[in-house]
Amino acid sequence: MVTLNHYLVLSAILFAIGTAGVFVRRNLITILLSIEIMLNAVNLTFVAFGRAMGSADGQIIVFFVMTVAAAEAAVGLAIVISLFRHRESLNPDSFTALKW
Amino acid sequence: MLLLIALLPFVGFLVNVGFGRRMSKAVSGGVACGAIIASFLVSSVAVWRLVAQAPEERVFTQQVFSWIASGDLNVGFTLRLDPLSAVMILVVTGIGSLIHIYSTAYMDQERDSEYARYFSYLNLFAAFMLVLVLGANFVVMFVGWEGVGLCSYLLIGFWYEKKSASDAGKKAFIVNRIGDFGFILGIFLAFVRFGTLDFQEIARAVSGIAPESAFGVLSLMTLLLFVGATGKSAQIPLFVWLPDAMEGPTPVSALIHAATMVTAGVYMIGRNAALFSHAPETLTIVAIVGAATALMAGTIGLVQTDIKRVLAYSTVSQLGYMFLAMGVGAFAAGIFHLYTHAFFKALLFLGSGAVIHALGGEQDLRRMGGLRRELPMTYWTFVVGALAIAGVPGLAGFFSKDEILFRTFAGGHVVLWTIGLLTSLLTAIYMFRIVFLTFYGERREASTEHPVHLHDAPRPMAWALVALAIGSVLAGYVGVPAILGGGDRLAHFLEPSFHIEMAHEGGAGSTELALMILSSAIAIAGIGIASYFFLRNTRAAQAMADRFAGVYRVLSNKYYVDEIYDAAIVQPIRIVSEQGLWKIVDARVIDGLVNGAGRLVEVSSATLRRVQTGSVRAYAASLFFGVVAILGYYLWR
Repeated sequence: MVTLNHYLVLSAILFAIGTAGVFVRRNLITILLSIEIMLNAVNLTFVAFGRAMGSADGQIIVFFVMTVAAAEAAVGLAIVISLFRHRESLNPDSFTALKW
Repeated sequence: MLLLIALLPFVGFLVNVGFGRRMSKAVSGGVACGAIIASFLVSSVAVWRLVAQAPEERVFTQQVFSWIASGDLNVGFTLRLDPLSAVMILVVTGIGSLIHIYSTAYMDQERDSEYARYFSYLNLFAAFMLVLVLGANFVVMFVGWEGVGLCSYLLIGFWYEKKSASDAGKKAFIVNRIGDFGFILGIFLAFVRFGTLDFQEIARAVSGIAPESAFGVLSLMTLLLFVGATGKSAQIPLFVWLPDAMEGPTPVSALIHAATMVTAGVYMIGRNAALFSHAPETLTIVAIVGAATALMAGTIGLVQTDIKRVLAYSTVSQLGYMFLAMGVGAFAAGIFHLYTHAFFKALLFLGSGAVIHALGGEQDLRRMGGLRRELPMTYWTFVVGALAIAGVPGLAGFFSKDEILFRTFAGGHVVLWTIGLLTSLLTAIYMFRIVFLTFYGERREASTEHPVHLHDAPRPMAWALVALAIGSVLAGYVGVPAILGGGDRLAHFLEPSFHIEMAHEGGAGSTELALMILSSAIAIAGIGIASYFFLRNTRAAQAMADRFAGVYRVLSNKYYVDEIYDAAIVQPIRIVSEQGLWKIVDARVIDGLVNGAGRLVEVSSATLRRVQTGSVRAYAASLFFGVVAILGYYLWR
């Protein structure tokens, strides 16, 4: 029997993986992908709660999150492309010009 | 209708200030004169209608709009025409019109834009002065009061490129500010005491209480109001600005600094006659200050050499007379003198203006002389004015001055009466000193570089001079005392405005007649003395000055009042401001606070900026750990 807790644990694991990816990986595209994983972990939580409570609200919010995520991916990739043209690199550590 | 009286000159001001640069002299002068003459005509109609009413119903009130309504304070922009303001509006618009006409010729050497600027100020002045005299409560009066002060400042400093003129303007403004401070405190006190600022309601409220026997709240209130009057009307101790105000164009001196604005203080006391008569302590002070000012200014006037300055001190002296009248409770006599003085002093100023105009700007009496033949029109009108102010029987000044002296004597103020009599002797002497030095004797050379083309007054100036000369002769006949077969009609006309019972001494006829003969004799004696010293035996004047060199020096330095004020007030303020306020309070404390605040931000920012590393992952880490910390706090709380 799959209970709400199973979903939540899976979601927490996915979120932790995403977070670790953002911190550990040195490639901007991978970081973007990790952010998508984090978003989908949250989506999973929403849907799980929605089902457990017998309400459609969770699913509706997930649609919103997916829309925003799509837009975010588009803008994010565009920024990554222009950054790459600028520095010939995808390493986030090479983009530190905006400091004190 | 009442609003129209004040509004017409204001419209003239707006036209001249808005389009003056693009208008020719004829148009801008015509607009200004048209506005004030129209205002005069409307005033005449209004006064005509007022006179047609029964004596006790002679009040027209017009509330233009409700201005301030806040709790207990309810002030309307209300204008009121009663006998007192009727006299004032006729003086302001009537004499104002003549002076506007005179100015069209006097100022014709100015550039077009300056000419329009001059007339715009003159119209603005008339508008504010009319608001002052028509205002039905203290607040509206105060608007006019400050407005005329502003116009006075602008017109004294009209030739602002001349340092002395702009300094004189500032001096007038600042000295008046001191008086106005007292005035506004008096207004506050009146509101606290009576809960209203309307003159009629205050008079009604005060009539229910007994006059103060000792110095109390009414005395304090009236004394504060009187401080305002000393500033505006150039009395001791605030008279120092008026002689300097002669830096302005001469028609301005005639209109503002002789006929109208400087009489505002007298008018204000007359307007609050009921209030002042309930504060006998203040009235005594008013009378003493008036008499002292009259004498002091009269003595200074004897030795001044600038023709306009002599006239300025004469004005101060005559204003002292008016305050003396107010102080002894002869309110009608004071207003009567205000009204006759407006004619002959405006005439004398305009006459001196014609002399100055003819001599190309020369104002020094010692460089004039023998102008009788070249300037016959100016000469004759000036002599009429001088006779009127000296108090020669039959002319305007005789009736009003005698009325004041008689009331002073009848009130038992023998010392003040003696001072008044002495001042009238001085008046005759210094006025005829001007006449003899200017128009008689040998022609002395003028100092101005450009050759002087002597000419009598141009036509508009001559009209104004003749009209005022006629006024100076006839103006007194509205107030001929009963003893000479007159009805003292002006006093009866004014009586309802004062809201108090006026004393009509009927039995003292022989005393009044004796005093009249005495003061006439004194006036004639004064003229005789002047003719001895300045016409027949000119060396005697010099010998006299040498013999009493000390007195002469004190008088020609105006009792060193300016120097005393400079040492006692101006310099200490300067030193405290410079050494204390500037170098310590401003440079150290205030600048220190401002710079310190800046320094604090600078230092803390220098530390905090290290956080901004530019590394995206560092930001993400701080975000993450921040969220973990907050969530952790709520979980384990």
